[in-house]
Amino acid sequence: MNITEIMPFIVLIPLLAGPVCVLLPGRGLPWLLATISASAAFILAALTLGSVFEGETLRYAFGDWPPPIGIEYRVDAANAFVALLITGVAAILLPWAKPLVDEEIPERQGSFYALFLIALAGLLGITLTGDVFNVFVFLEISSLATYGLIAHGKDRRALLAAFRYLIMGTVGATFLLIGIAFIYILTGSLNMVDLAERLPALGDSRALQVGLGFIVVGLAIKLALFPLHHWLPNAYTYAPTLITTFLAATATKVALYVMLRFIFDVFGPQYSFTALPLAAVFMALAIAGMFAGSWMAIFQRNIKRMLAYSSVAQVGYMVLGVSLLSLAGLTAAFLHLFNHGLMKAALFASVGLIAYQAGSLRIDDLRGIGRQMPWTLTAFALAGVSLIGVPPTAGFISKWYLIGAAVEADQLWLVALILITSLMALIYIARIVEVAWLQPRPDDAPAVHEASWLLLLPVWILVAANFYFGLDTRLTVGAASAAAQALTGGALEGLLP
Amino acid sequence: MTVLSFFNYWAVIVLMMIGYYCVIVRGNMIKKIIGLGIFQTSVFILFISAGKVIGGSTPVLRDGVSVYSNPLPHVLILTAIVVGIATTALALALTVRIREAFGSIDDDVIDAAQQDDEGR
Repeated sequence: MNITEIMPFIVLIPLLAGPVCVLLPGRGLPWLLATISASAAFILAALTLGSVFEGETLRYAFGDWPPPIGIEYRVDAANAFVALLITGVAAILLPWAKPLVDEEIPERQGSFYALFLIALAGLLGITLTGDVFNVFVFLEISSLATYGLIAHGKDRRALLAAFRYLIMGTVGATFLLIGIAFIYILTGSLNMVDLAERLPALGDSRALQVGLGFIVVGLAIKLALFPLHHWLPNAYTYAPTLITTFLAATATKVALYVMLRFIFDVFGPQYSFTALPLAAVFMALAIAGMFAGSWMAIFQRNIKRMLAYSSVAQVGYMVLGVSLLSLAGLTAAFLHLFNHGLMKAALFASVGLIAYQAGSLRIDDLRGIGRQMPWTLTAFALAGVSLIGVPPTAGFISKWYLIGAAVEADQLWLVALILITSLMALIYIARIVEVAWLQPRPDDAPAVHEASWLLLLPVWILVAANFYFGLDTRLTVGAASAAAQALTGGALEGLLP
Repeated sequence: MTVLSFFNYWAVIVLMMIGYYCVIVRGNMIKKIIGLGIFQTSVFILFISAGKVIGGSTPVLRDGVSVYSNPLPHVLILTAIVVGIATTALALALTVRIREAFGSIDDDVIDAAQQDDEGR
């Protein structure tokens, strides 16, 4: 067995473990199976990334049908990097979340963990596949499981959030399907590599432009790119803690990755950015999202919703990196994709502990809680430091590379905008720190105790990862630039106007 | 090549717009789901009608036939239909739960109830 034959099991393990999970009784066994399969997928993803780090591409054809007839998985540094993030977050969060899930979903945990595994398998399938129709199918698999998971939230508004996400998500996925229909009708192929060879020969046509437009808009909904982000704040606020944390760290990142795969690999940057004014549109929407998201975050009364709006702003940074149309910008986008996954996982996880111990997410109820839960709130503050982008954290590294890319593109005004939105992040994080540490605990407030060290440890591992990847950037920057290289094949030169 | 020679695409566009309009404008959740169904179906027709080869027969190997219609879009859409049914089923299940929790399936009524929740 070489790595090419093992690689498809990253998707297959959670996909096969999911249905088994439904059949398992009680609370222990489904959780154990989910944890083991997520960890196994994580190990395989790490091995895969190790073997494609130098620019190789692994190709596995299912059922020995040679592509472009059959479906193949095609893995280079770009998707191996994203797969490592997804499986890594799942493998850390699942062992952590057991007591929280026991509290939030007391019954029928088998089906809950099954949905989680299927959502995980769907996200990984989108990431690894080399077939555009397969992308659609896996996108719907992960989305359907996600709607079900969000509806598990205790608040009745979780149902509404799930329904509205379902409507928007299905419209987005159907847009993607329309786009795929256009390119399939034009070329008769669904394989990404094959499409990349056939599409340039067609030349420009209105049909191809429409196809590209539908694909970009459909994925922008999944990505929660401003102004298509309306599903995100409610979905993140009312979903169970484990689901919010997992989705915030992975789901939008996968949508961004697959959008980049379409723009850069299938259509090719030469075509995508000249046929449609994508660079200008991305830049405008990214900046609008950075400001609107941060602005909304400052005024939220619910701490989870505040972080959700902050996610909208952070998606803006990633898309801004893409819109610079340079290898440096794309590297910054991939870097922030990974680092933002780390910091949002740490932030949402510590907020989950606050909700578990204090039973409230309203910022008013958190007055003085810092002295009662010092370890949790310190973890929150340190992850917040990474979100703001203070050295030596992972958030600083992403902002550093993003600013570097902006300077390289001679767009100095962007540097000012990035700094202003970072200050806005400072405001909303500092607001929580002020409420939690500097304000006195009201006399009538219920007594709150620190979470047990078993719950704190994974959160602190995530916080430590934020600092570790702020100091040792060999893995993140190396993988991000390898991912950018793999996606473009160095074909970006001479594209800038 | 007249306008009529693209009539399958016209049908797709009309259906697509009806469905999409229904999803956006209607406040009733069941009507939204119906709109979503019409919207998805229009895309299925787009795929399937593109598989027709003029003069081609059904794609079953037999003597005396050399031109076949393309069977691949049908296979793809079979998958997409399954996805569509799963979506509709899930949406209907959520609607039942929303009706139990809020006592209504109308957007305006539910928004008002949600405002009350925020106040608490």
